[in-house]
Amino acid sequence: MKICVLVKEVPDAAVQKRIDPNTMRLDRGGEKNLNPFDTHALEAAMQIKEGGAIPVEEVVAVTMGPDSAVRALHKAVALGADRSVHLSDEALAGSDVCATGYALAKVLESESPDLVLLGQQSDDGECYTIGAVVADHLRMPSLTQVIQIDVSDGKLRCERQAEYGYDTVEVELPAVISVGDAINEPRYPSLKAIMGAKKKPLDSKATGDVGIEAGQVGEGGSKTKVLGLNPPPAKEAGEIIEDEDTNETVEKIVAWLDERKLI
Amino acid sequence: MAGILVYALHDDEGNFNKNSLGAISEAAKLAGEVGGEAAALVVGEVADDACASLGNYGAAKVYRAKSVPEGLAQPIVDAMAKVIQDEGISYALFGGGLLGFEIGAGLTARLNAGVTMEVTAVKVDGGKLVVERPILQDSEIADVGYVSEPGIIIGRLNAFDAKESGGTAEVVDVDVELSEWSSKAKLVQRGEQRGADVNIEDADILVGGGRGLGAKEGFGLCEELAESMGGAVAATRAVVDAGWYPYAAQIGQTGKTVAPKLYLAAGVSGAIQHKVGMQNSENILAINKDPNAPIFEFSDLGVVGDLHKIVPKLTEAIKAKKGG
Repeated sequence: MKICVLVKEVPDAAVQKRIDPNTMRLDRGGEKNLNPFDTHALEAAMQIKEGGAIPVEEVVAVTMGPDSAVRALHKAVALGADRSVHLSDEALAGSDVCATGYALAKVLESESPDLVLLGQQSDDGECYTIGAVVADHLRMPSLTQVIQIDVSDGKLRCERQAEYGYDTVEVELPAVISVGDAINEPRYPSLKAIMGAKKKPLDSKATGDVGIEAGQVGEGGSKTKVLGLNPPPAKEAGEIIEDEDTNETVEKIVAWLDERKLI
Repeated sequence: MAGILVYALHDDEGNFNKNSLGAISEAAKLAGEVGGEAAALVVGEVADDACASLGNYGAAKVYRAKSVPEGLAQPIVDAMAKVIQDEGISYALFGGGLLGFEIGAGLTARLNAGVTMEVTAVKVDGGKLVVERPILQDSEIADVGYVSEPGIIIGRLNAFDAKESGGTAEVVDVDVELSEWSSKAKLVQRGEQRGADVNIEDADILVGGGRGLGAKEGFGLCEELAESMGGAVAATRAVVDAGWYPYAAQIGQTGKTVAPKLYLAAGVSGAIQHKVGMQNSENILAINKDPNAPIFEFSDLGVVGDLHKIVPKLTEAIKAKKGG
């Protein structure tokens, strides 16, 4: 089977993120990285491939984003993907969740995957929803926040935590599964894999190549609009202690607890 | 188009989820201002009385799709999409939680509708809904509006309070044809409880353990500290999923919501999913070695340091103080 893994380039965790007040979009300047949640999806794909319960012909990393997103794809292939697909087009800039989900579904459709894997959330957008949007466009069953996947008889047996405890769900293929970060410990790429990453095939696609209707994407195709930005309600800043001398730190904590009659 | 439709989630005993009830009350309040009425959608064989009782929270009408199974999102997307289209409903509102996110997302694709998530407040501007959506780890709040109807709103957990108004709802049965792909996922087991049954909701003092404990054994430190103060131990989702601590002790998005006198977070980063379950604690004390951990943004006392050094000494100091 063919597994496609959706990945995203996000600002590095150490970068102070901000919204550009003119465009109301995330300022994507500064250091960037592969969305850390996506490394769990890549690892899950590799484990299915290596597990042998079902033959996996290839693992394809797929992203949508500006030119710089190529680096996220290089990281994804360094982590094991066989090749990658980059959907990049000016027309996509400013797409909301509805438009992004549609565009990703179209590029995935052109790959006809048997399984689409993705991380539970992006580090920047924190939407948690893309997997389920993509799945409905692709007319595939879908689950999010999956923490265990077992493959048998061409079906997936998935576990996840829902409202009332742990659910076990059997899912037929093809399917779209978003994985929680408890599913695995992603491997580190070998130096050889990092060096070889740029040699693996990378297809660049524009919206027209995969049949995306221009009116359905970008700012014009989006169904939501950011109207303004406000700071959160002010909360009195708490006191911060740096632990230099632990005995002293503990004394301060005890005094703080005592003052509030908590001990 | 008019009105707001809320998905009312229920457990296997037919009890409605409190976040769904909160969303119904919120919809009832908003419907008064945008026009139309608040309605709820219930799936499965839920009794007439139970459905009608949603009127007590503000639902004027309850659509019941008996043949649609509860517990997985896609069949419920089929049901909600049908009711929204047949009745010309303007907005769908979810009280948060995993299924709400999945159903809302599915509806977005199905109806080509705008969606907002993690919404903490909804207001009305010119007869249209505008939501407040915290972004960038709650450092900014975006006001987001909808370009067209219907619009999908997925609330943050505990964002909306359930208010009893004393009414009853009209119950309307709807026939829903499931999409072919909606029946390709099957619930084998629902709501399995893993690990011991512990009570964290009644504790005045909670010691919460997170990934920073390093290993399952790290919870020993939390248990000793909690014992010294007469409290209980809670956990983050990450460590519960990793099997370090029982599910019943989990705080946050899919776990419990607590508001103790003291919440002492040990090695807890303070991700939004955890924050929504404990931010109303009276006093929050956090110990974490990462000075950039989000938990320090909303703790009353933050200690930047190694919990493995600090917690044992703190336990000793508290014991000594209590003994002396």
